Amino acid sequence: MTSTTTKSAYWMGVRDGAPFILVAAPFAVLFGVIATEAGLNLFEVMSFSFVVIAGAAQFTALELMQKETPTLIVLISALAVNLRVAMYSAAITPYLGTAPLWQRVLMSYMLVDQSYALAHAKFEDAPNMSLPQRTAYYFGTCTLVMGAWFICSFLGAALGTQLPPSIPIDFALPIAFLSMIAPMIRSLPHLIAAITAIVVSLICINVPYSLGLIIAGFAGMAAGSQTEVWITRKQEAAL
Amino acid sequence: MIDKGSLWFIIFALGIGSFMLRFSFLGLVGDRSLPAWALRYLRYTAVAIIPALIAPMVALSNEANTGPEPVRLIAAIVTFSVGAWTRNVIVAICNGAITLGLGLYLFG
Repeated sequence: MTSTTTKSAYWMGVRDGAPFILVAAPFAVLFGVIATEAGLNLFEVMSFSFVVIAGAAQFTALELMQKETPTLIVLISALAVNLRVAMYSAAITPYLGTAPLWQRVLMSYMLVDQSYALAHAKFEDAPNMSLPQRTAYYFGTCTLVMGAWFICSFLGAALGTQLPPSIPIDFALPIAFLSMIAPMIRSLPHLIAAITAIVVSLICINVPYSLGLIIAGFAGMAAGSQTEVWITRKQEAAL
Repeated sequence: MIDKGSLWFIIFALGIGSFMLRFSFLGLVGDRSLPAWALRYLRYTAVAIIPALIAPMVALSNEANTGPEPVRLIAAIVTFSVGAWTRNVIVAICNGAITLGLGLYLFG
């Protein structure tokens, strides 16, 4: 790895990131379409995608705003959906934490599922990479995904109002979210967290201001976390 | 209808909030690690909040918003099952969309 120049590390990142266009593009198009259907104009859709760059959080905010949810609840819910990026930030800090501040600011802005997953796997695999090579690789993984995110948000917004009314766009969001969440259920605690959250959210369906979502979210997180504690204790007891 | 004033507030507040989450460790905390319980809660945020958000959308998907609409319910189950089985987001979303489209065309 030591012979790899900074430039080739960048292009390696670009190549490794290319397949993820297929993941980012449909969600970006969908966001553009749903946001336009909800009454946002092109400039508002693009600002949203440019300022926030977080599909799940954007969808959540949009859905809650349409239900006339209080602003504070919209923000808490959307940020909660996005909390995982703080974990990503923690995970890449040992590898990139010594980069200059302006680079870390840019890295943070572009920290999404794809850039985290690729960069973290690569840095673990190739411990001899220098900091400039790591930085270049990281920005390489972001390049195409970011480009696809902006261009496809634009395409979706342009397409939005022209879709025939027979397309069941009302259900695009549940389908999108279910496809995102299903592969994340990797263990029993994940499953318990999801089931608890679903049950509590259905019980709390009539709680005003969409507060049921926050209650259900906390219940799910507590259930998942507690299940993990129990499983760990059991394993330790068995040893 | 979404109020434009609160829309712009939400866009910028969400932008700043998301940036702070991303910048938290990389920029501010450095190599110090979070307490174990906080990391444990963080692990389950997405798998709790997202299902809590979609559950009512699926459960009250009929026109009167009183119960599930069968085709949408089946499409939701197909999307989740395929996603859990293949671990592939795109394959799951395609299967869900096809089930929904075909189901509504045949029975809608």
